[in-house]
Amino acid sequence: MAPKLNNPVSILIADDDAQDTMLVQLAVKRAALGLRLDSVADGAEAIDYLMGRSQYADRQSHPFPSMLLLDLKMPRLSGFDVLQYVRGQSGLRQLPVVIFSSSDDPKDIQRAYNEGANSYLCKPHSNEDLSALLRALEEYWCKFNHFPSGH
Amino acid sequence: MKKSEHILLAKDNEDYALLLQRAIETANIDANLQIVRDGQEAIDYLTGAEPYADRTRHPFPKLVLLDLKMPRMDGFEVLSAVRQRLGFTRLPVIVLTNSDNPADIKRAYELGATSYFQKPDSLEGLDEMIHVLHAYWLKFNHFPD
Repeated sequence: MAPKLNNPVSILIADDDAQDTMLVQLAVKRAALGLRLDSVADGAEAIDYLMGRSQYADRQSHPFPSMLLLDLKMPRLSGFDVLQYVRGQSGLRQLPVVIFSSSDDPKDIQRAYNEGANSYLCKPHSNEDLSALLRALEEYWCKFNHFPSGH
Repeated sequence: MKKSEHILLAKDNEDYALLLQRAIETANIDANLQIVRDGQEAIDYLTGAEPYADRTRHPFPKLVLLDLKMPRMDGFEVLSAVRQRLGFTRLPVIVLTNSDNPADIKRAYELGATSYFQKPDSLEGLDEMIHVLHAYWLKFNHFPD
């Protein structure tokens, strides 16, 4: 079996730093990675999106994501709050959550895994490193991983 | 990657385990594959029970590759023991199986699988999988202490 691209993998990015989200989008575009990206700017919006509430009710334009790329330090609800909510909610519990944070504080890493993060990535400092990281992320999660079927 | 990392493989097919070992060696990856042949052995290994009590020879692994269909104790039972009874919440456990049954996939994630792979059935696919696993987990992912 040659590894295949599973049907369009969509990633929801929750990050209050619009520039970081833009850099991810740009890197994905540049490397022509087979990913769909949707983004929200804080933890409360992330939960609204996942639950299909308010402006995210239309699943045609806001599909339930294959996985969540989650920043930790965000206004309103933090990444830890979102993680707790997701793991406590039947129907969301199986969603793979990858932390994408500028913190490499062992306490944050420890806590994220304790609360059920699938993986923990640190935001790279250069565009080159970001591209390499996104390529590894795409190859791992999109080519090889099988996701639970969404909502 | 400076120091050698340990990966625990729980898989009842010894030939497949050897193929995986070969793929790791071919890729020149500095990782050590520790092989156990069923779910009970996987639990014994993780808890450091005999014959795995010597942590120099059988170090606690960085990640686990777990088959689902195994004698004595299957992969689902291992997952729930690891996450609940033993409380190893931070250990990445990647299911590696023949099944692409959506019910198996859902159940595995619900029981706390980190990720779910279908076994490649060619040498090429195996090599690529090892390469991708290594790049993602051992180069980019941050582990808890």
